[in-house]
Amino acid sequence: MTAVEAVEIVDTPDVPIRQPGLFRRAWALPTAKIGTALTAVVVLVAVLGPWLGPVITGYGTTDFAGKPFQHDGIAGTDGIGRDVFTRFLAGGSTLLLYAVLATAIGIVLGAAIGMFAGYSGGRLDSVVMRGNDVLLSLPQLVFALLAIAMIGPQGWLLVTVIGVTHAPRIARVARQATVAVVSNEYIRAAEMYAVPRWRILVGEVLPNITGPLMVELGLRLTYSIGYVASLSFLGLGIQPPSADWGLMINENRIALIVQPWGVLLPVLAIAVLTVGTNLITDSLASAAARKEAR
Amino acid sequence: MSLEVTDLRVSTSDGSPVLHGVSYAIAPGEILALVGESGSGKTTAGLAALGHFRRGLVPVGGAVTVGDTDILALAEPERRALRGRTVAYIPQDPALSLNPSLRIGRQIAEVLEAHGMADDGRVTEVLEEVGLPSDEAYQRRYPHQLSGGQQQRVGIAMAFACRPSVVVLDEPTTGLDVTTQALVLRTIGTLTAEHRVAALYITHDLAVVAQIADRVAVMREGRVVETGTTREVLGHPTHAYTRELLDAVPSLDGVAPAGQAGAPVLAAKDISVSYGDVTVLRDVALTVATGECLMLLGESGSGKTTLSQCLSGLAAHYTGSVELDGVPLPPSTRQRTAAQLRDVQYVFQSPFSSLNPRKTIAQSVELPLTRLTTMDKARRRERVAEMLDRVRLGSALADRLPEQLSGGERQRAAIARALVTTPRVLVCDEVTSALDVSVQATVLDVLNDLRRDLGMAIVFVTHNIALAREIADRIAVLLDGGIAECGPVDDVLSRPSHRYTRELLANTPKL
Repeated sequence: MTAVEAVEIVDTPDVPIRQPGLFRRAWALPTAKIGTALTAVVVLVAVLGPWLGPVITGYGTTDFAGKPFQHDGIAGTDGIGRDVFTRFLAGGSTLLLYAVLATAIGIVLGAAIGMFAGYSGGRLDSVVMRGNDVLLSLPQLVFALLAIAMIGPQGWLLVTVIGVTHAPRIARVARQATVAVVSNEYIRAAEMYAVPRWRILVGEVLPNITGPLMVELGLRLTYSIGYVASLSFLGLGIQPPSADWGLMINENRIALIVQPWGVLLPVLAIAVLTVGTNLITDSLASAAARKEAR
Repeated sequence: MSLEVTDLRVSTSDGSPVLHGVSYAIAPGEILALVGESGSGKTTAGLAALGHFRRGLVPVGGAVTVGDTDILALAEPERRALRGRTVAYIPQDPALSLNPSLRIGRQIAEVLEAHGMADDGRVTEVLEEVGLPSDEAYQRRYPHQLSGGQQQRVGIAMAFACRPSVVVLDEPTTGLDVTTQALVLRTIGTLTAEHRVAALYITHDLAVVAQIADRVAVMREGRVVETGTTREVLGHPTHAYTRELLDAVPSLDGVAPAGQAGAPVLAAKDISVSYGDVTVLRDVALTVATGECLMLLGESGSGKTTLSQCLSGLAAHYTGSVELDGVPLPPSTRQRTAAQLRDVQYVFQSPFSSLNPRKTIAQSVELPLTRLTTMDKARRRERVAEMLDRVRLGSALADRLPEQLSGGERQRAAIARALVTTPRVLVCDEVTSALDVSVQATVLDVLNDLRRDLGMAIVFVTHNIALAREIADRIAVLLDGGIAECGPVDDVLSRPSHRYTRELLANTPKL
């Protein structure tokens, strides 16, 4: 007789106001603007660089511009006399492409697994997520090293391995967000109209978990850039004689004192890029959190 | 000490006014009800008595005086010292206001300690005052071990622990069933009289006001439009808005809207549901005829929502059968045919969760048509517009998102979605419980019109017997998973045969 009725009273404002979208709210924060500016600079260099390099310096990425480790031209030469600035301009595009592709694979796969588990619930959810936990226990970089050592340093493998190892991490976040959405009555309504499961996931659930997914996207992109660069540095990613930032750091580190530009330029570019994507992610995360707190 | 609020003006931080000079006064031992619908500013005006303003709101003029102190002139630390000791607050939801990890005796003692007062058996004393056991074992309970009504009484005990002069109650009985509500209201009445407390009761429920308040202030759009003794205001309202609010209060007197009951269309036979050892429904049988409205009355835990979900195919784990025109329906919506899905539709309880926040109203309303009919796009658009019109939502709202609509508008959109396939049976689960009284009246009106015009059968699930005459032809009372009583509205209301129904009727507040 003294039970509480499950009644929800929400004080609605007189004139309900349309909340600006996630990106607009994030853009209002200074971190988003700084992050976008930093990222844009590096992305511009990486995308336009391969065409601009020869125009500016007059050398191709494999041309010999002089003797090893000299201070000729804009940023000197590397260990076998190639122009460092040309190679710096050309060295970002592959890195960026691999990082973006790996992140995309991770997001699609992770969101699919997470939404499926979160929506199914019950035993299926437990089985999928415990399997996910097993994958989570493998360190990403070690797993990538193993795969590349076995099959060989190839672009598609690099992208796939990084993407696939992102997936369980993204799946956790996607599942958590899905569980919160699935408790809503509009999901029951869709079930009542016999909407197929996959269409409920894509049409009803996905648009409501974009906030956390965008945050994951930014975070995983940052990690991907780091992993691709690290693997190239270790000689397991992009192979010589290609110009690549990670590879350049490795090739030129022996002359760090004599001719620092060969290391400094790619290091700066990678640092600015990861800081930039991370700032964007931060702004998205706080914009998403503010929506929830409302 | 008395509470006096004079010419209080509050604005949002960007300058648009929320309260336009609100004044009210409460003498010691008196209860003033602050009445109005959502957005009228009643909560803002009430919380001002605590010197508290919601984030984004700033007082721009006026005074809030308790005894001789102007609260608004005090700095925040001084206001904080006042709160709990001189001015106490009883919030809406007891479950949210108690700390779930502290024993209740400890929680009450904490209020005393915070204001530097010794216990001296005060905890035991206030627990007795609110009619709860005060022994050691009870004080060692955690909030989750209490029922909702007991939790709210603990909340009241905490508020009265420091013997405050002013108490602000923010809809403290919303969410309690009528029997518990009656008990809590009596407790509040006794305590305020006994301790000479000036009490401010914020509510939108005029029936509760009639029971508890000495005087009433009616608020609308940030102004007090009418004030006087409860008898005057409720008996002879002078302002048009007060009359409007009074008309919206469901009444158990008067005549039920006569429906043209035709042939039985939906029948439930021997429905039983159990989860493990817990039996939720036990051999429930009921029928509803075309053009008829059957009220399914029960408190939470009675199984009413489970039953309505069995009818509409949302809960598939039942035994027994649900028949449409004598043909058994498959238990799950995934097995029902499009025609069967079109014929039995369901309206969810909360308009705040039944519409996808990322879809426009038109997209949500169109969903059943896309899924269950072969209409082309143009025809669907046309049908959606027609349905929105029927539930009195303008076509301008069609392309808005749910967050741009008020609660009542959203619920009408949800009804439009259920009606868009012209169902023969509409199952409504607590569709008005999240809405203001005046909004509730509009929604009931819409449902009655539709029933008359379309000859639809309605199963109206509710915990509120006061709505019976407003909507229903017959009542089925559900108690502990079984039907305790079933019959025409007039019979059940005038000659209730079950003890539970009699109790409900006795405790339902009337104007």
